[in-house]
Amino acid sequence: MDASANTAHLIKEEQVPAAPKFLAHPTAKTGLMSWLTTVDHKKIGFLYGFFALIFFLVGGFEALLIRTQLMVPNNNVLTAQQYNTLFTMHGTTMIFLAVMPLSSAFFNFIMPLQIGARDVAFPRLNAFSLWTFVAGAIILNIGWFLPADKYGAPDGAWVGYPPITSKTYNPKHAIDFWIMGLQLLGVASIAASLNFIVTIINMRAPGMTMMRLPVFVWMTLVTSFLIVLSFPAITIALVQLMMDRNFSTAFFEVSGGGMPILWQHLFWVFGHPEVYILILPAMGIISEILPTFSRKPLFGYPIVVFSGACIGFLGFAVWSHHMFTTGMGTVATAAFALATMAIAVPTGVKIFNWIGTLWGGHLMMRTPMLFALGFVWMFMMGGLSGIMHSAAPADAQQHDSYFVVAHFHYVLIGGSIFALLAGLHYWFPLMFGRKVSEGWGRLSFWTIFVGFNVTFFPMHFLGLNGMPRRTFTYDPNLGWNTANYIATMGAYLLGIGMFIYFAVLAYTYFKGEKVGRDYWDGRTLEWSLQNPPPEYNFAAIPTVHARDSWWYEKQNRAEIERERAEKAKAEEAHGGIHMPFGSIWPFVASMGLLVVAIGVTCFDSNPAPGIHAKLGLTLIGGVITFVGIYFWSLEGNEGYHLHLDKDGKPVEDHGHGH
Amino acid sequence: MSSHAATAEIDHHHDPTTSTGIPNKKLLMWAFLASDCMFFGVLISTHLIYRLHPPAGGLDPKVIFSPELTSFSTFILLMSSLMMALAVTAIQKGNVKSCRWSLLTTIFFGMIFLGCQVYEFEHFVHDKKMTISNSLLGTTFYTLTGTHGCHVAIGVLWLALMYVRSFKPGAGSAQRSWFSGQIFHAATLIVVLLLALKVTLGLVHAIQVQPSLGGAMGLFMKEQVLWIGAMLLALWGCVWFARPRGPVHFGVANAIDVESMGLYWHFVDIVWIVIFTAVYLLEYL
Repeated sequence: MDASANTAHLIKEEQVPAAPKFLAHPTAKTGLMSWLTTVDHKKIGFLYGFFALIFFLVGGFEALLIRTQLMVPNNNVLTAQQYNTLFTMHGTTMIFLAVMPLSSAFFNFIMPLQIGARDVAFPRLNAFSLWTFVAGAIILNIGWFLPADKYGAPDGAWVGYPPITSKTYNPKHAIDFWIMGLQLLGVASIAASLNFIVTIINMRAPGMTMMRLPVFVWMTLVTSFLIVLSFPAITIALVQLMMDRNFSTAFFEVSGGGMPILWQHLFWVFGHPEVYILILPAMGIISEILPTFSRKPLFGYPIVVFSGACIGFLGFAVWSHHMFTTGMGTVATAAFALATMAIAVPTGVKIFNWIGTLWGGHLMMRTPMLFALGFVWMFMMGGLSGIMHSAAPADAQQHDSYFVVAHFHYVLIGGSIFALLAGLHYWFPLMFGRKVSEGWGRLSFWTIFVGFNVTFFPMHFLGLNGMPRRTFTYDPNLGWNTANYIATMGAYLLGIGMFIYFAVLAYTYFKGEKVGRDYWDGRTLEWSLQNPPPEYNFAAIPTVHARDSWWYEKQNRAEIERERAEKAKAEEAHGGIHMPFGSIWPFVASMGLLVVAIGVTCFDSNPAPGIHAKLGLTLIGGVITFVGIYFWSLEGNEGYHLHLDKDGKPVEDHGHGH
Repeated sequence: MSSHAATAEIDHHHDPTTSTGIPNKKLLMWAFLASDCMFFGVLISTHLIYRLHPPAGGLDPKVIFSPELTSFSTFILLMSSLMMALAVTAIQKGNVKSCRWSLLTTIFFGMIFLGCQVYEFEHFVHDKKMTISNSLLGTTFYTLTGTHGCHVAIGVLWLALMYVRSFKPGAGSAQRSWFSGQIFHAATLIVVLLLALKVTLGLVHAIQVQPSLGGAMGLFMKEQVLWIGAMLLALWGCVWFARPRGPVHFGVANAIDVESMGLYWHFVDIVWIVIFTAVYLLEYL
């Protein structure tokens, strides 16, 4: 049953707004306005995914240009400056504009469904997070389209160490774009995470205790706490860098008594938790997929949850292992080395639990499962080279070499990306009611898997043979020629694999085979819904009786149906399903922030005409944001009610897809 | 939500619609404050790190700071927290009038604190020659205390808008429209606050410049008379907007809004206690 069939039975009842006409609640359900004003977590999740995939392709294209330049020694496809820009934007794009928003897409779409909620706790704040993320992405990439002599795209590496990013050595506005882009992305991430924290803690269906939460929800919660607590470090560091560049302060200026090493500490206090912000959602997705396709519950659920939380805590205590070569002193170095080794323990525990889940299971080797198994293997390899780095003396040899590049690509592609690709295939039937063809899915998996390993495995040898990272070319007599050539060929293969994956995904979205409810015979609540899920998610809020709650429901149908009917009746007696109104004001507030960021980044502080444009535009943007927030709060949190017609009850159908 | 306010007794410590019983807005504010702790943690750490590694020929904070003024403004900020707590209690009991007076007093104390900070910054820059760019102490000091000042200013704005919002007409009110009125009300209130700040700083300046009281008053009147007039006019506007006009929408159901704002205000106050200790008092140990 699809959503449009149900809406025919919905009777809408709206309160008459007392405010002037332009404050009337938007009611568009289709067209551009419906997307700009939506507060539906599923639509917002879809938009996050849409933008993330675009930027994933952009970042991938940048990577292919980098590999093309390095294919043969003394290549001149790119200039050194272009190369700097490309590796900076490749890293920044992949981390902040691809992996994080793609995780966020799943948080938005799946998490409320898994806890039995109708939406997140603050639907309009959720829309604000989305549009602020878009504004940040625009600012980060705006430099590509502006003259390179004065603006240009950011070129200070994704870590942005001063003095490389200081005004003296990098007077162009490229770095300002990087600073303000990351600031906006930070605002978006923190706002979204606060929302998720409140949603998970406060909006669980009755009976959904914390220790019954699906592991993906747990990892969403841990990730949200990591974001909320670690992003302030980079926000303040960026403010300090911005002050250095615009107001001649001396936070990181050696000439004024500042210490550039402070930037490194502040950056990595954020940067290391960021690594877990990228990998924990992936671990959550894997912990959903493996049980479903092994047809048995997750092995050692409490241990998996506690290891996830433990990784989150320890993630704050290991930042200086990125700085072993800066001469911190033996005590600090030893302490951070030990903490880094310790973090391998909960990670290893998780891997054993996943293997325990597979053990004795009735394995269904479908495409999501292939990606999930690929994740376990590849992530483990990345983890093993990570433990090698934790030994400070060894790290001193590997630091800033291609060995490190190989390590973090194994963790980020073999880890995060594999899991996100697995998640897309896994939840696609739920999100859109269609499924990706198994043959094309397998082809894309094997192409990606082989391409990935051919690209990055040789980089271990390149690194150990002394090839430094962030170098735009190399001489032919250094013994790096063959490995570089192989890596570039692998990158092309990886590119082809990704192309197949996304082309098939796009084809499936429009033309793929339609499937019924609960296509994979799932275990968690989101599969209890028809696909795609209706606007109100649950016709009656479910009561949760067990950890794999949907699995339990499927075993005890009579009991559950009786319970649901009673609940729906009770809810109807209380006025029906409460739905929040859409709102344009979060979008307006975000666009105000975009104008602020353009004002701050695009104009010079000196000479005089520049400063007027800068101040003027920044103030205008501030006023727009204020107006957006003011009208947003004037609207209040009112909503309307939906009633499900007795005949059109969507809960009647419990049929299985296969 | 607020339409149900009149019908049921509200328990301010337990919200039956959430899993934990904690209202969503309160939980959001707690989580945000945890995040804000990290913001200030980084700023204070930066200041303390550079205090331990001062550049050669740097400024001596003991010559620059005036602990008497800062102690005074710290005390005022503490008292504003007391008034904030009273505002929350008042609205929880449904006493809108008392809540309004407490909000206004909180705003008043908040503005005194901001005025002290404006005076302090001006004094440090012009008399003590410490700017944001001429010394590392200035760099860290102005960034840290300036960020805190922005937090206080946002808090004052929030308080002012909450005060204005408390006049929204409720069921049974004769008032037809409120929309444009509230915008002018808010704008007038903000104008009063800014002009009061300017006039008070002008008075302080006049007293410092002129040796005799008469001379000081003469200078003050000469420089500020227009501004005083404008302020009084705006003040009259505020009183006019606040005239009693039938039942209002604001009530017990809004206690959570005032309480969330109060959490923010108390937090900003506590952060100042830490800053006052770590930045000012530490220098006199």
